[in-house]
Amino acid sequence: MSKLNSRIPEGPIADKWTNHKNHMKLVAPNNRPKIDVIVVGTGLAGASAAASLGEMGYNVKAFCFQDSPRRAHSIAAQGGINAAKNYQNDGDSVYRLFYDTIKGGDYRAREANVHRLAEVSGNIIDQCVAQGVPFAREYGGLLDNRSFGGTQVQRTFYAAGQTGQQLLLGAYSALSRQIGLGRVKMYHRHEMMDLVKIDGKARGIIARNLVTGELERHSAHAVVIASGGYGNVYFLSTNAMGSNVSAAWKVHKRGALFANPCYVQIHPTCVPVHGTNQSKLTLMSESLRNSGRIWVPKKIEDAEAIRAGKLKPTQIAEEDRDYYLERRYPAFGNLVPRDVASRAAKERCDEGYGIEANDTNEGVYLDFASEIRSKGKQAAYALGDHNPTEERMIELGKKWIEEKYGNLFQMYQKITDENPYETPMKIYPAVHYTMGGVWVDYNLQSSIEGCFVTGEANFSDHGANRLGASALMQGLADGYFVLPYTISDYLANEIRTGNIPTDAPEFEAAENEVKENIDRFLNNNGSKSVDHFHKRLGLIMWNKVGMARNTAGLNEAIEEIGLLREEFYKDVFVPGSSDEMNPELEKVMRVADLIELGQLMAVDALHREESCGGHFREEHQDSEGETLRDDEKFKYVGAWEYNGSDSKQSTLHKEDLNYEFIKIAARNYK
Amino acid sequence: MASKFINITLKIWRQKNSKAKGALETYTLDNVSTDSSFLEMLDQLNEQLINEKQAPIAFDHDCREGICGMCSLYINGRAHGPDSGITTCQLHMRMFKDGDTIYVEPWRSRAFPIIKDLMVDRSAFDRIQQAGGFVSVNTSGRTMDANAIPVPKADADKAFEAAACIGCGACVASCKNGSAMLFVGAKVSQYALLPQGKVEAKDRVLNMVRQMDEEGFGNCTNTGACEIECPKGISIENIARMNREFLKGALTKA
Repeated sequence: MSKLNSRIPEGPIADKWTNHKNHMKLVAPNNRPKIDVIVVGTGLAGASAAASLGEMGYNVKAFCFQDSPRRAHSIAAQGGINAAKNYQNDGDSVYRLFYDTIKGGDYRAREANVHRLAEVSGNIIDQCVAQGVPFAREYGGLLDNRSFGGTQVQRTFYAAGQTGQQLLLGAYSALSRQIGLGRVKMYHRHEMMDLVKIDGKARGIIARNLVTGELERHSAHAVVIASGGYGNVYFLSTNAMGSNVSAAWKVHKRGALFANPCYVQIHPTCVPVHGTNQSKLTLMSESLRNSGRIWVPKKIEDAEAIRAGKLKPTQIAEEDRDYYLERRYPAFGNLVPRDVASRAAKERCDEGYGIEANDTNEGVYLDFASEIRSKGKQAAYALGDHNPTEERMIELGKKWIEEKYGNLFQMYQKITDENPYETPMKIYPAVHYTMGGVWVDYNLQSSIEGCFVTGEANFSDHGANRLGASALMQGLADGYFVLPYTISDYLANEIRTGNIPTDAPEFEAAENEVKENIDRFLNNNGSKSVDHFHKRLGLIMWNKVGMARNTAGLNEAIEEIGLLREEFYKDVFVPGSSDEMNPELEKVMRVADLIELGQLMAVDALHREESCGGHFREEHQDSEGETLRDDEKFKYVGAWEYNGSDSKQSTLHKEDLNYEFIKIAARNYK
Repeated sequence: MASKFINITLKIWRQKNSKAKGALETYTLDNVSTDSSFLEMLDQLNEQLINEKQAPIAFDHDCREGICGMCSLYINGRAHGPDSGITTCQLHMRMFKDGDTIYVEPWRSRAFPIIKDLMVDRSAFDRIQQAGGFVSVNTSGRTMDANAIPVPKADADKAFEAAACIGCGACVASCKNGSAMLFVGAKVSQYALLPQGKVEAKDRVLNMVRQMDEEGFGNCTNTGACEIECPKGISIENIARMNREFLKGALTKA
């Protein structure tokens, strides 16, 4: 159990972080340039960490597989970032953000981590404004806010539907400044292939230059993994095509435990699936639930007529619409947390009320008509027109919507060829975010000494379900305000270590392993493409380890993935060679890791005999279909130890979760 | 979405690496759903090539929702293809007809050397950003409160519109001079419009323009192709603003 010392500091919750900071070791400025740190990934968590460590004076090497650090998938986050500023004077506070996040995570996150996150949330906004991030503002010149799911205050800061882009470009600008100053060396189009451990400590990585194919050895006194989540295990997800688990998985294979892999966020508002050649799914921001009302027809024959193209949604009378979230959850209505909204959509579609004419009839409406009318009326009043015509209200309302959500409406129109200003959007849940990840202690250090994991790649802050606008908050909190302190505490013991030579036998061995692995795939001479296997894995995962899970399905998934893995190694075909730009080779290495991970997700989901957050076991629900947690048996973090590519052999370690400051209760949004 | 299926012919630029000589190759592809995106069509072609044990076509892409800026492609002579206000990954095959021949080429610009097939090296943009595209504030969080300086909404909105640039390089590829001034102008404008960016405004514009020139980008002759092809609708007003900022900086900086 020594593997799972969470190192949570003693003391009252509000003092833990401050006291901890006061007592951690420091590295003096003159010693920092002698210390090398590797950062893998340049999204919010990675770019902010690399920039901060560079500023402090450490010698930083940053890696990303994309052509520029600015491409990382944080850029696609739409809706916003939470912070307990209480600018709207609606009763927000650090405690309330802390409480909402713990409750939103269905009481499966660490109190101390989440409180720290809430504490530093305000600094993030200050920092970003100082960097020139153009957040949305009110006419008085102050920052605007909006609401997100699972909260009853307005604490979300945003930049139209492109908040992730603006925050990432802010972090990228800070990183660029450090690169320009020579304190960070950037390796773009480079992929981490393995972690190198010497005497039990993380001492470097093997990276592949994706342009030349060359394998490179890079040594460091600490390695930071900020490589994002693993949603692409489902093939279809809102992740970018290149998003992968490999950096995190390599660390896991080298001994770091992997926590709560079964906690996956299925986001309720995405554009529904349309065909077999589809490569990814597109999110429509949760912020739209501020303005849109979700419904399906009350009558099953209306749903059938819509699918057959005989009825339009605008022809369904108000009384024949089932606003099922408002009906089931009057207190939070359309702004219930994501897992709740997703399951409710699935429930309606499973009952036959889905409105999309795809293979599975899966789709519900997100309707902006009433918001367009009411905001149009307000706008007309503001212009002095106290008796506006219907047309005037609609015209002004559409303008208001365009200002708030213009880019999202345009995206939707381009994908579906339908105009959401005139007809309701069709949406359905899709895989979006993964709460599970590499297990880390309070200092964000994994179970490998000197290997730190930040952002979505770790498991630490969101429990079994993440609230909207909290991923950006966590990524930047980890990189700007947590890791720079905690990694220094570790690096203080490294000031006498000196340069770490890359000709050590451990580097040699790791590089040879990578080389063998690459050659095995290139010489495999199989008959099927990498995508063929990835799509099959995705289908197993979506059908059996998706929104609703049960014992029989999970057992099947574990067996099927095992068989798929064997077939993959026998029959996958990778064209080209290792000494050139070879995207198929990149993919095959990533899919090999996703297969192992997928099986572990099923193993974890099977062992967790309860429903909590995004993990819904059909055997554990109440008469109204709400989740039933089992705090007696499962109030712990499930962290798995790697024992070979068959994930059935993985060993479970448990970290008990103690709720000292929040009273644990059933989650209720009614 | 009533999907249709079309058959198309593709003329695609193939080039093994930066030093090899390239050429347009012809491919035929059947049963392309009109609901597919352009890149999903290329996936389909690649799957076909892989099954025939041929080398698939290398192209850059990542988010596939029009925001990361990684996808590129000159399609039938236009950056990001025939539709407007979108990136290639948002272009859908419903824009094409059964029997069409489609030409697919990489960005063509001296400052964007080809890596392979349709992939180009845009790291010149990163180096311009490193020369001055930032506010020199440390990431300590110990700045003033975010609401300490009110910013007029009109300025904040304009700064945001400039900051919406995704750094794809369509402006450079579309420009007959291979100029990067829309890209640089957008970054300079974002900061010039905000109080936080004003402190270093003069140094910033001078440094970014110097780096832009060193990278081999051409000059602006006000053709306006960049603005038309920009997937994010970045206005050439930003170039005018950069020129004013540059003049101000060059004349008043000691």
